[in-house]
Amino acid sequence: METHQDTTGSKIGMWLFLLSEILLFGGLFILYSSYRYKNPLEFHLAAWELNRVLGTINTLVLITSSLCMALSIFYIQKGDRTYAVFFLLATLMLGFLFLGIKYVEWTAKIGHGLYPNSSRLLTRGKGDILFYGLYYSMTGLHGLHVLIGLVVLSVMLVLVLKGKINEHHFIPLENSGLYWHLVDIIWIFLFPLFYLIT
Amino acid sequence: METDVKELPVEKRNHQTYILVWLGLVLLTGITVSMAGMKVGRLGIAIVLLVAAIKSGLVLCYFMHLKYETGLLFKLMIPIVLAALTIFIGLTFTDIAFR
Amino acid sequence: MKMTKNGVLEETHPIPSFYEDQGKYRGILAWIFSTDHKRIGLLYLFSVLLFFSVAVFFGFLMRLKLIAPGFTLMKPQTYNAVFTLHGIIQIFLVVIPAIPSIFGNFFLPIQIGARDMAFPRINLLSWWLYLSGAIIVFLSLFTGGGPVDTGWTFYAPYSLRTTVNVPLAVFGVFILGMSSILTGVNFVTTTHRLRTSGMTWFRLPLFIWGIYATAWVQILATPVIGITLLLIMLERYFGVGVFDPAKGGDPLLYQHLFWIYSHPAVYIMILPAMGVISEIIPVFARKRIYGYKAIAFSSMAIASVGSLVWGHHMFVSGQSDLASVIFSLLTFLVAVPSAIKVFNWVATLYKGSIELKPPMLFALTFIFLFSIGGLTGLFQGALAVNMHLHDTYWIVGHFHYIIFGGMGFGFLAGLHYWFPKMFGRMYDCKKATWAWLILFVGFNVLYFPMLILGWEGMPRRYYDYPPQYHTLHLISTIGSWILIIGLIWILINLIQGLRKGSKAGDNPWGGATLEWQIPSPPPTENFERIPEVVRGPYEFR
Repeated sequence: METHQDTTGSKIGMWLFLLSEILLFGGLFILYSSYRYKNPLEFHLAAWELNRVLGTINTLVLITSSLCMALSIFYIQKGDRTYAVFFLLATLMLGFLFLGIKYVEWTAKIGHGLYPNSSRLLTRGKGDILFYGLYYSMTGLHGLHVLIGLVVLSVMLVLVLKGKINEHHFIPLENSGLYWHLVDIIWIFLFPLFYLIT
Repeated sequence: METDVKELPVEKRNHQTYILVWLGLVLLTGITVSMAGMKVGRLGIAIVLLVAAIKSGLVLCYFMHLKYETGLLFKLMIPIVLAALTIFIGLTFTDIAFR
Repeated sequence: MKMTKNGVLEETHPIPSFYEDQGKYRGILAWIFSTDHKRIGLLYLFSVLLFFSVAVFFGFLMRLKLIAPGFTLMKPQTYNAVFTLHGIIQIFLVVIPAIPSIFGNFFLPIQIGARDMAFPRINLLSWWLYLSGAIIVFLSLFTGGGPVDTGWTFYAPYSLRTTVNVPLAVFGVFILGMSSILTGVNFVTTTHRLRTSGMTWFRLPLFIWGIYATAWVQILATPVIGITLLLIMLERYFGVGVFDPAKGGDPLLYQHLFWIYSHPAVYIMILPAMGVISEIIPVFARKRIYGYKAIAFSSMAIASVGSLVWGHHMFVSGQSDLASVIFSLLTFLVAVPSAIKVFNWVATLYKGSIELKPPMLFALTFIFLFSIGGLTGLFQGALAVNMHLHDTYWIVGHFHYIIFGGMGFGFLAGLHYWFPKMFGRMYDCKKATWAWLILFVGFNVLYFPMLILGWEGMPRRYYDYPPQYHTLHLISTIGSWILIIGLIWILINLIQGLRKGSKAGDNPWGGATLEWQIPSPPPTENFERIPEVVRGPYEFR
């Protein structure tokens, strides 16, 4: 039986899976838009409590990690393994940095007693409870996806180092890159919705 | 968005496009962040979402190579998912906003 | 082939069927670790039938409880758990996966001229996820606070407060959703990439159009229930608040999110069944299907418009009047492509040369039962009528006509149609006909009274009822016994066919689609040489 690789088919499969991921977050966006509509002032005020500087830094971190991801694939296609590994490592490090900053933000909020079902949060208005409920759910689900992405990219790094991913066979890296870019895109929407709403 | 543009073979490409896209993304980020401080009222969320959409478009077209993919399926994927989200949010709003 | 001493050409090595182990595993391992789409299809067949039997048993118990008012077969709490599990098992473990994962898996590659799916290993993963989800759901019966009592719909806020094991049950369903999504990804990619030369989109069998449309719904709708169930778990463990009115949450938003998936889910159930009917009718009328393109496009239309109507489950929930009006209108619209299909099937029969073999009997009764189910749906879609019918036995009757009469009979039609191909043996057609008749009679005796009961005000999911409803409940329960006898006889007949039936030829029904051009049962790689297609799937002359 001929087993030639259908790289386009493989890519289509990855894209279709990404569509399902978009809809997964889509459900949360439905909730967000509904609750924001019903509690506009509370959402606006609660957003001021989030650390805009850290949020912006995290946005730039993910954007740059996407650049590094794209460059890593670019260089593997050129057969330049050194640069490919370098940029893949950079992607990983930036990903870890993102999670680190998120951890700092979360622990700060939790330290202030602002987490789901905390006594402090429950004394605040319903709009605040919903804002934080959505904040933790959405950034939490996103963070989980970042973590999964880091695991996948680490595996890719090993495969690149072993030469199993090279200029003749790089579709796994390309597909992992697609996943990583989606994680970036989701944050591109989460960031303004939680940190920047006017 | 034309998706029939053929990407150059990898030997002829350089990393310039990627750097330019990255600069665009950073710039757009700067724009939205600075807007957050300004008083733009209710138009604000529309502009902020528009900028997010443009940034996503850049990531989709260039980092994810969607601009260079051929075939109807690739061209339709993002419109299909946007249609689904619009319908889901839109029809839910016929309830939420009109009770 | 080789020439013997007598000058006779004979097969030296007949190509083994896919049943013969050829890989590195032997025995049961060669099945549960197989990436062969045909073996995976049969794994699903076995599991689906097993879970179906359990759920039918629960249904039997429910009907037994309701045989007379005041009859105390079980405690109310138990009854609630029984109808919840009946729903969860039938919907998530049987009806949603059945036709795509059994017949879709077995026949999609063959009908398009391919050797396997685009992603054979992900196909196997889908089955393992399906099995894991099922095990998790069954575990929830015996752990935590015991079996769920919320109804398969898990409505908030009750599902947030009840002490039964909601988290484990919804987690099981979440895993089942992942299985469904991966199947969808596999089917779409396979249909786009692996069609053989000459197999243009409009030469595809309509069964493929059916599961292709279904696959898109699986990909796009399933994640929404995924996140909804995840949020139920988050609410219960962390008190997030998104569905809890005490925290500003809106239980109606739960219902929106739930039905955004669960309504398209019913199209995941029916579209493949409609695809099966579109295969069978032309073959047993010896006539090209009427309106091929209309049926193909209707499949896509049902998938898309069907995603716009979910609010018709919520007319009495307190949602806005505007939303109700819009959803009612859209609900009437979605009936149109289904009606087009029914018309086209019937038009195919006109001047056809009809053979009433068992597959055709099931297909024809599908049309009858599905029409009743669909028409009762129109009653419900009217807002004023819905006020009276919501949450009554009318609804129960409606969805059993559509799901069991529709998808169930479609499944049995497909099973009786493709049985000789899958197993290489033929069953007794006469016995199959009698079993079909018993099933059909039992079905209507069981479910038609429910339409009347609901019309007269009998609420659904009720453990008991006032005496005025006794007669119809009694008739319905007797119907359930007749139906079960029919099901058992169908099963026995097919098992006897497996063990003692005559060997089936390659094409016992005279079909024109690709699966009938290969041996029964097929070899592992389906085709000796990949076929080239030059004509449509329903050319019989």
